[in-house]
Amino acid sequence: MDARQSVRQVGPVVIDIENITKDYVMGEEIVRALRGVSLQIRRNEYLAVMGPSGSGKSTLMNMLGCLDTPTSGRYEFNGRNVAEMDDDELAAIRNREIGFVFQTFNLLPRATSLRNVELPLIYAGMDPEAREERATQALTDVGLGDRIQHKPNELSGGQRQRVAIARALVNNPSIILADEPTGNLDSKTGEEIMVLLEDLYQRGHTIILVTHERDIAAHARRTIHLRDGVVESDESTFVPRLESVAAS
Amino acid sequence: MKRFLYELEESWRIAYAQMRSNLTRSTLTALGVIIGIVAVTLMGTAIGGIQVGFDKSMAVLGDDVLYVTQWPWKPVDDWWNYRDRKKIKTEYAETINHVIAATPNSNLTVAVPTSSLMRSIKYGGNEVENVFTLGTTSDFTVTSTIDCKEGRFFNEIESRDGAQVVVIGYDVADALFPSASPIDKSVLISGHQFKVIGVNARQGTFLGLFSWDSMVAMPLAAFNKYFDVKSDVDFRGQNQGESDVRVKVRDKTKLAEAKDELTGIMRRVRGLPPEKKEDFSINEQQAFKSTLDPVKNTIAIAGLFITGLSLFVGAIGIMNITFVSVKERTKEIGTRKALGARRRTILLQFLIESTALCLLGGFIGLTVAYFMCFGIGKAFPSFPIQFSFGLVVASMIVSVLTGLISGFAPAWSASRLDPVTALRYE
Repeated sequence: MDARQSVRQVGPVVIDIENITKDYVMGEEIVRALRGVSLQIRRNEYLAVMGPSGSGKSTLMNMLGCLDTPTSGRYEFNGRNVAEMDDDELAAIRNREIGFVFQTFNLLPRATSLRNVELPLIYAGMDPEAREERATQALTDVGLGDRIQHKPNELSGGQRQRVAIARALVNNPSIILADEPTGNLDSKTGEEIMVLLEDLYQRGHTIILVTHERDIAAHARRTIHLRDGVVESDESTFVPRLESVAAS
Repeated sequence: MKRFLYELEESWRIAYAQMRSNLTRSTLTALGVIIGIVAVTLMGTAIGGIQVGFDKSMAVLGDDVLYVTQWPWKPVDDWWNYRDRKKIKTEYAETINHVIAATPNSNLTVAVPTSSLMRSIKYGGNEVENVFTLGTTSDFTVTSTIDCKEGRFFNEIESRDGAQVVVIGYDVADALFPSASPIDKSVLISGHQFKVIGVNARQGTFLGLFSWDSMVAMPLAAFNKYFDVKSDVDFRGQNQGESDVRVKVRDKTKLAEAKDELTGIMRRVRGLPPEKKEDFSINEQQAFKSTLDPVKNTIAIAGLFITGLSLFVGAIGIMNITFVSVKERTKEIGTRKALGARRRTILLQFLIESTALCLLGGFIGLTVAYFMCFGIGKAFPSFPIQFSFGLVVASMIVSVLTGLISGFAPAWSASRLDPVTALRYE
C-alpha cells in the first residue's frame, strides 16, 4: 500500500483543475452546477467522485472527460489548456487521452465486440491491420478473447461492460473515466467489473470512478465528495476488503 | 487523409448496416428516389431522342448548303413584302454554276435546282397520297446525304435525259411494296410511269420535318415534263409547289463569305440595281435551327422541371428519414463523440447514409428506366428514345447530389449535437 501511495505522490499531474465553475441557463434561471472546484489528479491514481444528485458530480465528470468546457477557471490536461479548446480539439483529446466507461455500456448494437473496440482507433486514423490487432489484444486483456465476433445482444451484461472497458483501454488513454460502471449490473457481476478495474489500476492505469454507491467508491484509493458544486472532502481511502474480493 | 479514408469506410459500413436493419423503411424511402430517377431518366431519354431526331432532320439540310428561296426560313411579320417576290427559277442553278466555274477561288462548289410538289403514287392496288415529290439533278447527292438501302440515286445521264426513274423514301416503299422489293418496279405518279431505281434507308421523323422517308425524287427534266409547280394548289387554294436552288459551300467555316458571294451572283441573275433590296432569301440550316432550338429547349426544360419535382419529393423523403435516423441515434452520436468522433466524422456518416440510399434508389431507378426504354423502343419503334451512357452518369450524379443535399440538414444538426446532451438522450 505504501508503495502505491508513493507512486501516487510522485506521478506526474495529468489533470490540473483550478477554481472551475459551470453555469447552465435553464429558461430564466441560471443553474450554478460547479462553483469553484480545484483538483489535481496524478498518473496512476484511483479516484472516486461521490456526491448526491445535484451535487455537480455529473457536471464535473463531463468537464474531466472533456465533453464540456468550464464557464470559468483553469483546466489543464497533460499541461494543455482544455478550457479554450474547440469541439474538434476536444474530440481529439477524448479520443487519445480519455477512455469512457458508461453505466449503460453504450455499445453499438449491430457491431461485433471487435468493431466496437476498434471504433476509437478508426477515429485515431490507425490502419486496419494494426487496429484489429490492438482491439483483439484489448479484448483478450479483459478476458473476452473468445468473444470478439459476438454482437452485444449475444453477450451478458458483465461481458458487455468488459467490451466497453476494452474499448476505453484500446487507445491507451491517460485516464479511464467510469461513470457508474456497475449501475446496470447485479452486485456479483458488478464486483467482477470492480476487480477488473482494480487489475487495470495495478497495471498502471489512472482510473476516475464516478458513483453514488459507497461500496463501489470504497475500491478507490482516494475519494472526493461533492456537495452543491464544491468539493466537500478529498481524502485518501484504504480498502481492507479488497483482497478478499479479488480472491473471490 | 488516411484517417478520412478509414472514417469513410466506417461510414459506408454503418450505412449498409443501417439499411439492412431498417429494411422496410429504407425500401420505402428509396422508392421515392426510384420513382424520381425513373421519371427524370425517361424524360432524359425522350429529350435525347428528340435531339437525335432533330439533328437527323437538320443533317438532311446539311450545314454547308445555302438555300436560295422566295421566303426566308424564319417567321416574318411583314409577309406582304415577300408575297409578291418573283419565284425562284430552277434555271438559276445553271447560271450560278457558270459563274462559279468562271470565278477562281470561289467559295461555292455547285448549285442544285429543286422543284417539289405533292403527288399521289400508286402501285397495283396500293396508293400513297400527298407524297413530297422532288425534281432535281444528280448533283443533289452533293448537297444532301442520300443513303440508299437498295438500288441507287439517279446518275448524270439519267438526270440530263430526264429518264423516268424515281428514288423513293422508306415509308413510301413500305406502303407500296409491303412484301416485295420495289427495285425495277414501275409506279404511277399522277398517271405517269416511273421506274423505281432506289430506296432510301430509314431516317425517322421529328415533328414531321424533312424526312426522306415520305419523299420521292426524280430527275428535274422528267419532273418538268409532267408537273407544273404553279399548278399544285391544295384544297384551300394555297400553292404547295415550290422551286428553289441549293448551293454547296466549299468551306463551311467561311459560310458568311459564301453567302455574300451567292448574294452577289443572285443580284446579277435577278438584274437588281445596287439601290434595290434583294427580292430573294438565302438561308442556311443555322437559321432554321435557331428558330427551332428554343422550342426544343423549352420542351426539355419544362419536361425536366416537371419530372424533377418527383425527384424532389423523393429527396424530401430522404431528408425526413435522415432526421428520424439522427433522432433515433442521438445517444449513439453522443457515444461516438465521446470516443473521439469529430463534427466532420458525424456529418460524413449521415451524409453517406442518405447518399447510399439515394445511390441505391438511383441504381434501381436506372435499371427500371432502362427496361422501360427497351420496352417502349420495342413497342413503338418510331418513338424517339435515346438511352445513353451519359445519361447513366448524369442520373448517378443526380442521385448522389440528391443524397448530399437532402442529407445535409439532418447530418449538420447531428454533427452539431452537444456530446453531453446526446449522451443523456434516451
